Amino acid sequence: MATMNMIQAINSALDVKLTDDPDTLIFGEDVGYFGGVFRVTDGLAKKHGLKRCFDTPISEGGIIATAIGMGAYGLRPIPEIQFADYILPAFDQLVSEAARLRYRSGGDFWAPITVRSPYGGGIFGGQTHSQSPEAIFAHITGLKTVIPSTPYDAKGLLIAAIEDDDPVIFLEPKRLYNGPFDGRPGQALKTWEGHPAADVPEGHYTVPLGKAAVVRDGQEATVLAYGTMVHVALAGIAESGVDAELIDLRSIVPLDIETITASVAKTGRCVILHEASRFGGFGGELAALLQERCFWALKSPIERVAGWDTPYPHAFEWDYFPGPGRLAKALARVMENA
Amino acid sequence: MAEPQTSSHRLELHIPEPAARPGGTASFDHISFAIGAAARKPAPLAPEAELRELPFGLIRVMGTENSAWDPQLPPETMRQALRIMLQTRLFEDRMFRAHRQGKTSFFMKSTGEEAIGIAPAMLLGAGDMCFPTYRMQGWLIARGYPLEMMINQIYSNAKDPLAGRQLPILYSARDYGFYSLSGNVGSRFGHAVGWAMASAYKGDDKIALGFIGEGSTAEGDFHEALTFAGVYRAPAILAINNNQWAISTFAGIATADGTTFASKAIAYGIPGLRVDGNDFLAVWAATQWAAERARANLGATLIEFLTYRASGHSTSDDPTKYRPADEAAHWPLGDPIERLKAHLIQLGEWSEERHAQAGAELTEQLRSAQRAAEEVGTLGQSKPSVAEMFNCVFKEPDWRVIEQRRELGV
Ligand SMILES: Cc1ncc(C[n+]2csc(CCOP(=O)(O)OP(=O)(O)O)c2C)c(N)n1
Repeated sequence: MATMNMIQAINSALDVKLTDDPDTLIFGEDVGYFGGVFRVTDGLAKKHGLKRCFDTPISEGGIIATAIGMGAYGLRPIPEIQFADYILPAFDQLVSEAARLRYRSGGDFWAPITVRSPYGGGIFGGQTHSQSPEAIFAHITGLKTVIPSTPYDAKGLLIAAIEDDDPVIFLEPKRLYNGPFDGRPGQALKTWEGHPAADVPEGHYTVPLGKAAVVRDGQEATVLAYGTMVHVALAGIAESGVDAELIDLRSIVPLDIETITASVAKTGRCVILHEASRFGGFGGELAALLQERCFWALKSPIERVAGWDTPYPHAFEWDYFPGPGRLAKALARVMENA
Repeated sequence: MAEPQTSSHRLELHIPEPAARPGGTASFDHISFAIGAAARKPAPLAPEAELRELPFGLIRVMGTENSAWDPQLPPETMRQALRIMLQTRLFEDRMFRAHRQGKTSFFMKSTGEEAIGIAPAMLLGAGDMCFPTYRMQGWLIARGYPLEMMINQIYSNAKDPLAGRQLPILYSARDYGFYSLSGNVGSRFGHAVGWAMASAYKGDDKIALGFIGEGSTAEGDFHEALTFAGVYRAPAILAINNNQWAISTFAGIATADGTTFASKAIAYGIPGLRVDGNDFLAVWAATQWAAERARANLGATLIEFLTYRASGHSTSDDPTKYRPADEAAHWPLGDPIERLKAHLIQLGEWSEERHAQAGAELTEQLRSAQRAAEEVGTLGQSKPSVAEMFNCVFKEPDWRVIEQRRELGV
């Protein structure tokens, strides 16, 4: 066991896989010699050689196309897209190729690729370094989308993603890289030091895709969140005084529908929290699934707390960001008819 | 001292137009067919910097005295090639008619372009991988893929190897070195490069052959793939099937006039070859040259095959709406089957009688394959189990497909 922040935990996952599977390799913009703009691949090229971890042209479409071709050959490529905002030039490759290859070829070819990409705001990154595009990928049949919220999960989920035979989008909440940020920007930076989920085994382990975590038991309401918002939710629940159950989805595809419905059936109330803008966001899908499956258990309408339906605004970051206060208000609303 | 310019210069937007539209006189005068620098056959291991004139010439063998590129194929190989090209043409004509008879929803032909898929299929290794366009059915025929299976796929019937999930002719046949096709043009060009890089990464000896239409070279995929191929010296042959037309759009809309598609290689630092694509022997020689170079770890070659799409774009297309009806007859590079046939006859290795007899034999094979496929059923008469719709979304189905399959009751 070692204490790791999320950068170190992801780096450790990559190191474990590069060590135990010669068919894995990492490539992306600035990931080789330099170790990535967030230092996530730091030291890997030096330790495992440039052929295992190398720089690419600034060509997201090219990076993913290359990864798919390598995957079809039999490798397990782990490409990095420097920011999730820049995954869009590769969108066609992900949607029309990676996600569809197995289906259209009758299982002849598949793309066991894991696309790592830092996502989310809270770092004053403006419109183009802050977005949360997970819902776009959730909509694409054939892709899996994984979003960790702690160093322990990040490592275990990433190893599981790499070992998975389907294409996985692995979104790393960059605001959590260095500490469990709870959505209150004024506070002194909290590090992962001392957090139970910062105790990370140095060797190989997996956290299965499609298995949500109950982060906090509760009886009165259910809060669904993933990534950065798990920590924001904890703060919001504390602020609200509501005895809410907090579920960290960990992967939105595959989705752990059983854990979610069991919780909402128990509490009868649900607030969904995500940083991406609300309209068409993944919260809409969750709300629809819950009303289909738990309607008669519901005691109040399902609430969504999310980013506003604007582009991610620079100066207004904290007005946009769905912080603990907004969650607490939503929890109060769902409790009104208690 | 020059006078300051006055505003007498008015800008004018240039919209290129083909030499002729319906009713006009077909002409290919704007294209250079001169052999030029390609009279010389450089060593396959020559440095790229010494090869930069090549993409402006034209590699030709047949009808050229002592061509340096003559692959010196044994007559039996050429006869076999002729049979496969003929089989491909007969197959496509037959399936085109099957579409007209309502037996399938869609079909595409490669009439006049057969040499381009078939020569590489015959000469590359069993472990190499072709990343085809939809005009490469000849590859499958050359590799001995069962005709009946092709027809089952075209009919999406109960024996469709792709289980009814894919549009006709968008085959996948891993064991035959044929990568999965998709309806998106160009999007697999980079896969060929990635696949080739993987072979190099593993220290294997397999190479990739990627195809793209000249119209699709305008996609980012093409340029991204060439960038990666150049940077990482991917052992790949990257081939442009320049058949002059992209549906109704002439090649002059895909690149500026006065240049060649092959010459795009120069900017990516890889060799570019421009080849008479209707000359089976030239296609063979150029592919072999590029393959030798790739296997020697010198990386990728871009090859432009000059050809002409003699048929419509697909069963949904009527080319007389946008080009002179007799344009094919004006195409200076002729027809690949007629040319190889004439070449063999001239060598005393073939005859009109043998040709007619081969045609009859091949037709009989096709008939029986079609009969067998139609016993299973044509589109709509027969289809794979509907449960197949839910398979292969992921390796293991998740609860959504399991529940939805149950909901549909299959
Ligand atoms: C990405 C994409 N854009 C547009 C189309 C529609 N489309 C199908 S074939 C075609 C023309 C392609 O021309 P070319 O690349 O020259 O190949 P050819 O058909 O001549 O062999 C077009 C525009 C498509 N299938 N995919």
